[in-house]
Amino acid sequence: MAFLDIKNLEKVFGQNRVVKDFNLAIEKGEFISLLGPSGCGKTTVLRMVAGFETSSSGAILIDGKDVVSKRPNQRNIGMVFQAYALFPNLTVAQNVGFGLKVKGIAGSEADNRVAEMLKLIGLPDLGNRYPFQLSGGQQQRVALARALAPKPQVLLLDEPLSALDAKIRVSLREEIRMIQQQLGITTVFVTHDQEEALSISDRIVVMNGGRADQIGTPFDIYNRPSTRFVASFVGTLNLIEAKVIDPAANRISIGDQAITLKEPLGAAKVGDTISLALRPEAGSIVEGANGDTALVGQVMTSNFLGSVIRTRMKVGTAVISFDMFNSPGLTPPSVGETVTLRFTASDLLIIRE
Amino acid sequence: MQSDKTSVPAATVTMPVRTRRTLPLNWLGVLPFAIFVTLFLIMPTMKIVVGAFQTPDGSLTLDNIRGLFTPSIMAAYWISIKISLASAILGCIIGFGVSAAVVLGGLPQWIRGPLLTFSGVASNFAGVPLAFAFLATLGPVGILTVFLKTQLGLDLRLLGFNLLSFWGLTLTYLFFQIPLMVLIITPALDGLKREWREAAEILGASGPQYWRMVAFPILFPSLLGTLALLFANAFGAVATAIALTGSSLNIVPILLFAQIRGDVLGDPHLGYALAFGMIVITGIANTLYIWLRARSERWLK
Amino acid sequence: MKRIWAWGALTFGLLYFFLPLIGMTNFSLKMRRGEYSFDAYARVLADPKFQETFGFSVMMALFTILFGIFLIVPTAYWVRLKMPGLRPYIEFVTLLPLVIPAIVIVFGYIRLYNTSSWLPLTGTTTGTNLLLMFGYATLALPYMYRAVDTGLRTIDVTTLTEAAQSLGAGWITILSRIILPNVLVAVLSGAFLTFAIVIGEFTMAALLNRPAFGPYMQLLGANRAYEPAALAVIAFGITWACMGLIQLVTRFSKHTRAQR
Ligand SMILES: Nc1ncnc2c1ncn2[C@@H]1O[C@H](COP(=O)(O)OP(=O)(O)O)[C@@H](O)[C@H]1O
Ligand SMILES: [Mg+2]
Repeated sequence: MAFLDIKNLEKVFGQNRVVKDFNLAIEKGEFISLLGPSGCGKTTVLRMVAGFETSSSGAILIDGKDVVSKRPNQRNIGMVFQAYALFPNLTVAQNVGFGLKVKGIAGSEADNRVAEMLKLIGLPDLGNRYPFQLSGGQQQRVALARALAPKPQVLLLDEPLSALDAKIRVSLREEIRMIQQQLGITTVFVTHDQEEALSISDRIVVMNGGRADQIGTPFDIYNRPSTRFVASFVGTLNLIEAKVIDPAANRISIGDQAITLKEPLGAAKVGDTISLALRPEAGSIVEGANGDTALVGQVMTSNFLGSVIRTRMKVGTAVISFDMFNSPGLTPPSVGETVTLRFTASDLLIIRE
Repeated sequence: MQSDKTSVPAATVTMPVRTRRTLPLNWLGVLPFAIFVTLFLIMPTMKIVVGAFQTPDGSLTLDNIRGLFTPSIMAAYWISIKISLASAILGCIIGFGVSAAVVLGGLPQWIRGPLLTFSGVASNFAGVPLAFAFLATLGPVGILTVFLKTQLGLDLRLLGFNLLSFWGLTLTYLFFQIPLMVLIITPALDGLKREWREAAEILGASGPQYWRMVAFPILFPSLLGTLALLFANAFGAVATAIALTGSSLNIVPILLFAQIRGDVLGDPHLGYALAFGMIVITGIANTLYIWLRARSERWLK
Repeated sequence: MKRIWAWGALTFGLLYFFLPLIGMTNFSLKMRRGEYSFDAYARVLADPKFQETFGFSVMMALFTILFGIFLIVPTAYWVRLKMPGLRPYIEFVTLLPLVIPAIVIVFGYIRLYNTSSWLPLTGTTTGTNLLLMFGYATLALPYMYRAVDTGLRTIDVTTLTEAAQSLGAGWITILSRIILPNVLVAVLSGAFLTFAIVIGEFTMAALLNRPAFGPYMQLLGANRAYEPAALAVIAFGITWACMGLIQLVTRFSKHTRAQR
């Protein structure tokens, strides 16, 4: 049985159904990310778990017990906010010890726990500072320590990194993941940054308009998106329109070039239009690259992005982007050049809504 | 003690020093302002301060200050301080209650705008007309006095209430003290972030615990600072007191007013000392205010 | 529960403010025995002393505002543009009138600028009026300076000045055609507040023996019953109008800015 079990959760604000039939079962010690564009209801789900919003219907069970009727201060949950939300009048150590103090834990037991937490987040010497004397990254670490100090059953993080610089964002997210694994704490992490979600999660929930579109491992979500939304939101994906030529033989055409797919076309009829997805990194124009399938097109633009060169080419009416890894010996394709993109047929995914 | 006259406050003292470093032309731009402030703010004040330590023939003395420590003058200071403190404390508490009701109490949002506008008006409605308004309300034939007597059988006079007294003046001052508190404390209450409350709650704190450990300590400098400001505000108020009580209440501003008009103390330099005492008291209150505000702003950055 | 408590606090506050206002309005209408009438207002408005003192105070207010604008706008602008290091000192000085009671300042005036001093301002009527105006400008200084300085903060003074200079504008042009229009809302807010302060000011006018509205009200209060209440209603109306105008210009400026 799942440790944190969310069943048929709904939230209505006035006329607005913000969370719709949301189901999620999280195992003990799992790190789950809620991923989706801003306004899709991620924060609302998290706040219902925390108890700051009451759900319109549905159940939230922690360790088998329904917590819906409990107040936030009775749920034993830790939470980290986007804007740190450290208490400005308390020192770092007092902030971390806050949860212990209100629970009546004092003396050396509390002091030891605070010291342990500060060591865990790598700031053992900053206990006497005030929040305004810390950098954003340090403040968010302290907020994490504060949330973890009372040993919560579940840890919730609402876009904890989005107020930070790019560099710190990457290092801190790895640190959060390490601490999470070290403590084995069940964690729900909200983000709109797909790279963040992909890099640190056990599983990802991709949310769209209040619903969970797909739940799966980062590998699954990235490589086998189940909806057009997931495919377009996670990674940069080519969505290509194709015409069915021969459903029985899985033959389709893209800009008059015929291709045989690996996946069965199912119930599609001759002349139907279907959507295919192709990752930019799936293909290559380098001679001799392995690949059983090819598309010929004309280069429209070619952009140097540092580690990769992203080229857009035109195949009939379709536009396909593909990436090549940068290397000193490489000559980037020039605009107007005709190139052949080779890839494996199984990289072409059929998107069924 | 003549040399004291040149030691005017920081802004003008730094002038000759800085002139050597920056272009003198730059200083020309602030010259009109500097002259105005020197002539009509700093020199008059210095005149009082210096005068408080001078004998009529210009020599240094502490006699004037010592002269303040007579029973009647001390009583005047004492009642002034009491009224200012009472109206400041009550103003703080009531103003805080009103502001908290609007910001945190879940009242409809539209109340805010009118309340703040109204507070702006009321905090500026002081002086003579305010005294008239209170006379018409709580005076011997005021609407509330008459209402209480005829409808509820409560005779304020028999209960010992008199508008021309400590409590009467305090009640009157509250009319501008409360809205001033509302104007100053509302932004501070707005500054209490929702996340602080939620963070405290999810860490297991109850409502009272949140107020005791987080919200109140954060607001404390603002509260105390505003208290100091309200105190100074009441302490320097002359017009309301004179219009309300004539000269029947022996408070410092009224005493000083009478002294300037007709030298009732019989010693012009004792008047300087009296005024100097006022500056010292409002100065202390305001220094407290500025210091505490700087502290609270540091936190809320 | 919380809601009830909140409504209670608000009601108490509102009662505190409205009772005196009701009281004075009620009283001002009761001059004629047994019925409500505007007799008190008629009496007050017809009093030549009222017209005289009110006119005097309005003139004082207008001159104070003009003087304040001419003194403060260029100074605040100059400090922002050329001497930002001076700002804390100037700010400190502009706050002093809140610390030093008006009665003390005017006491200083009387001793410093009397007939036997080097600048015998109180010797002549014009001189005393001038001194009173300077006194009012001092009282208004904290509000006026703050308003203008806040207004200047929202515009990029340096860029605007350099742009104007590159087009050949002189200081007078820059101040009157570029800076002033841009901080007009702030200046107007400060001006209305100044007006509200000056119009009913008592202490300075009384001690300098000028026939201003404040001392007139006080005198009337000592001698009459119903007229003071009518005066209080009028004074309240003026204060309210000044605050209303501040709100109006602020809102109007937001409106026009949004349209751009
Ligand atoms: N208290 C509220 N009242 C009304 N609507 C709300 C409230 N909170 C959030 N919403 C709406 O719910 C939707 C989802 O919000 P949220 O959960 O914050 O999205 P996310 O965190 O994914 O960006 C948004 O359209 C937002 O406008
Ligand atoms: Mg959100």
